[in-house]
Amino acid sequence: MILLWLILTPLVGGVIAGFSGRRNSALSRWLSLACLAIDLMLILALWATHYGAAVTLNGTWLAQIDWPWIPQLGIRLHLGLDGLSLLLILLTLGLGVMSVIASWSEITERVGFFHFNLLLTLAGVIGVFLALDLFLFFFFWELMLVPMYFLIAVWGHERRIYAAIKFFLFTQGSGLLMFAAIVALALINYRQTGTLTFDYFALAKTQLGPTTQMWLMLGFFMAFAVKLPVVPFHTWLADAHTEAPTAGSVILAGLLLKTGAYGLLRFAVPLFPAASATFAPVAMTLGVIGILYGAMLAFAQDDMKRLVAYTSISHLGFVVLGIYAGNALALQGAIVQMLAHGLSTGALFILVGALQERLHTRDMRQLSGLWSTAPRIGAVGLFFAIASLGLPGLGNFVGEFLVLFGTYRVASGFAIAGTLGLVVSTIYALSFVQRVFHGEPSARTVLADFSSRHMLVMATMIVALIWLGCYPQPVFDAASSALANLQRVASERQSHLGEP
Amino acid sequence: MSGTDLTAILPFVVLGGTVTIVMLGIAFCRSHRLTALLSLLGLILCLIAIWPASDMAPRQVTPLFVIDRYALFYMGLIFASSIAVLLLAYGYLAARTEPPEEFYLLVLVATLGAVALVASNHFASFFLGLETLSISLLGLIAYPRDHGKPLEAGIKYLILAGISSAFLLFGMALIYARLGSMEFSRIAALLTVNDAPSDLYWLTGLALIFTGIGFKLSVVPFHMWAPDVYEGAPAPVAAFVAVVSKGAMFALLLRYFVTANADSFGPAPMMIEIVAIASILVGNLLALLQNNIKRILAYSSIAHLGYLLVAFLAGGALRIEAVTYYLVAYAVMTVGAFGIITVLSTSNAVAEIEDLDAYRGLIWRRPWLGGAFAAMLLSLAGIPLTMGFIGKFYAIAAGVSATMWPAVIALIVGSIVGLFYYLRVIVAICTPAPQGAAAYAGTVPRIGSATLVALTLMLFALGVYPTPLVHLIQVTAAQMTVR
Repeated sequence: MILLWLILTPLVGGVIAGFSGRRNSALSRWLSLACLAIDLMLILALWATHYGAAVTLNGTWLAQIDWPWIPQLGIRLHLGLDGLSLLLILLTLGLGVMSVIASWSEITERVGFFHFNLLLTLAGVIGVFLALDLFLFFFFWELMLVPMYFLIAVWGHERRIYAAIKFFLFTQGSGLLMFAAIVALALINYRQTGTLTFDYFALAKTQLGPTTQMWLMLGFFMAFAVKLPVVPFHTWLADAHTEAPTAGSVILAGLLLKTGAYGLLRFAVPLFPAASATFAPVAMTLGVIGILYGAMLAFAQDDMKRLVAYTSISHLGFVVLGIYAGNALALQGAIVQMLAHGLSTGALFILVGALQERLHTRDMRQLSGLWSTAPRIGAVGLFFAIASLGLPGLGNFVGEFLVLFGTYRVASGFAIAGTLGLVVSTIYALSFVQRVFHGEPSARTVLADFSSRHMLVMATMIVALIWLGCYPQPVFDAASSALANLQRVASERQSHLGEP
Repeated sequence: MSGTDLTAILPFVVLGGTVTIVMLGIAFCRSHRLTALLSLLGLILCLIAIWPASDMAPRQVTPLFVIDRYALFYMGLIFASSIAVLLLAYGYLAARTEPPEEFYLLVLVATLGAVALVASNHFASFFLGLETLSISLLGLIAYPRDHGKPLEAGIKYLILAGISSAFLLFGMALIYARLGSMEFSRIAALLTVNDAPSDLYWLTGLALIFTGIGFKLSVVPFHMWAPDVYEGAPAPVAAFVAVVSKGAMFALLLRYFVTANADSFGPAPMMIEIVAIASILVGNLLALLQNNIKRILAYSSIAHLGYLLVAFLAGGALRIEAVTYYLVAYAVMTVGAFGIITVLSTSNAVAEIEDLDAYRGLIWRRPWLGGAFAAMLLSLAGIPLTMGFIGKFYAIAAGVSATMWPAVIALIVGSIVGLFYYLRVIVAICTPAPQGAAAYAGTVPRIGSATLVALTLMLFALGVYPTPLVHLIQVTAAQMTVR
């Protein structure tokens, strides 16, 4: 039941905040904040009560609900929370709080509708992380697109309409491919067992021939690869991230991209283990290309937001690499990388958004020497740039290092190529700092420094990143039970596939 | 004809009575309000009459009609759609110069024709119902007879209706010549006896009938008339054409194909698949080029009929289930979308508000109306929480279960393209209007708004929790397949 509350709190809160925004915009902001805080309490309480159990009871679900929804079609309201979902929901709510605070002064028009969309997106994302019925999963998958679309299209920057439509078309189109694959999988299962169901565990027992398995896997992969994004499908990302308002960029980069990685981890690989194994070299190649290409593109940008957007491609390349390397080390790395990327990129987007709000430009050619006028922004910027390049002691380093470590065991070539990404990321991160914060202060760079509200947000994220970098053990513990879960599904699956 | 028969056809009787009473009422006393009240009352009584009739179902009443749950379900859908159209039209008509009373009469007669179609089990009743429907539609489309566009649309529709009837009659004649029967169920029996799948008469007949029906459904390549007629016709009539006329035709097509076993052999499934793919692609692509909302909706309706044909391809009970759910969803969202045009056009007696630019910033000026429009469009695009999503699920499930992969891929591609122009409209209603372009500031009729609220609520309720509707449809479908 608590799982349903996790989704309903932002959903209902969003509606209330939406209405209250028409009268009083501050009320709307506080209400949204309160909802997210309540949700955060819920999930933290869940974690605290199950902290010990998650480790000992390997591979169990911390909480589940399973109610009928459309019984005639075998569609159930099946939600389940394990360590992986828990970590990602924690990230979701954390970043949600940050983005409400970050848009406190940025969003001044249609405040109610803004928070309505923001909370609805978060509800959709949480739903994605919880759904264990494939129909329900797709439902949430699509549900988070519409409010996100409005976030970009209504409050975005210059080319917002173009970016919003591109974002929607890419994700919706690939989503439909996955939907066809889901339906096909359910129907194949129906022919074998005589019951129509979309349940994750039931569908995991479907027997599939290698060709069918490969096609269905590709259907799922397409959807997740576009969301992630994997390189040939990444073109929507830079536009959407750049044009979105700050909160939109934070949620896009911090959360929506993670849903793609989560989908790969939870669905694409465990449901189709053999096909995924066959496909792994291709996916890992794409991951490595993403790491290097994303970093190179990031270096070439003059627009700060675009730069940060492209670093996401690079960072998520590591996640792809880790997921398809497949051993426990690499998977742990991928999960830590997801969390760390959410924090560091989210913070960078908030920072860039703050700069744009003050200077009305994102063009680095017009900026220099900000450090002397705004030392707080400079210091924070340096910190997150360095986190982004993978400095030991910070979260990103743990993630990238573990991924490379795990990958090396499986495919040393990919690991070596991936390591080069660390070099390129140093270049773009340092050049960003150098171009924006160092040099002679120009005339237009007279600006207000971070307010204490912003500093609070940034400090929280800094602490979280350092914690993740120095003591990631709680995360490993939470994730290990989940990974055991996934591996059990996959291995059961393998034994089923052996039969026919 | 026994009492049981009369109970079974009670909806017909009530509707026929309503037509007569409304006609006499107009003759004695011209009153818009009275006519509207009588018509609505009659239609609501028709809806109620479905209950006693369903106790008799399934029942063959004369060789012409069969009253089964399938027919009754579609009757309910048609009555409900007609009620919604009339409610939306009330305020619209009150603001126009034409005398409004005959509009109700024509809608009622057209409804009678549509209802006859869904219950018909015989070529004769099929043709009878079709002509009743078409001729009243002609009157409705050209109802604002002082204006050029509706007249043009009316003439186009007339010519088209004539041609499609000719195709239909020829097809029926060929099948009758070969098999000697005009009853759907007898046709199936005779076919298996004669073992005639490759028979030229039969195939040609089937193709011609499909062509005739295809014209009415405006599927590609028989779609040319739809955008012009939708654009020219008054908005509530466009909704009526899109929902009641097409819905009844589709219900008949489905009954014919299921009862007469028309596509269990031969090239029929392939023919339908090709038409479906062409409709999806052509409809969606041409919609991209439009700037007139009514034309966009017309092309989108062509594409949706294509999706329906994909749902039509599935076998067994899933076919009826998928088509029926989709048709209900289609009815709700189409009446809703045209309803918004109707309601907004009420204050503007000269022309309708149909240009995309006129909708700029609607959501900020009239949040509820704009929100409802956005919901209808998102539903047409098949986004979750709405009925359109479940409908699209059914269509994909049907295509996948029939392993018609080209059709499934066309559906996916079509949905992406479709999303693009639905988003265009949504973008328009979300972007603030340019300065000085206070397009219209008229009042919105209260009855129309209430209808829209009901439709929107239904769109979400049955999109989030479709279980009751799905259950009802499954019961309906079960009886149809058992027979």
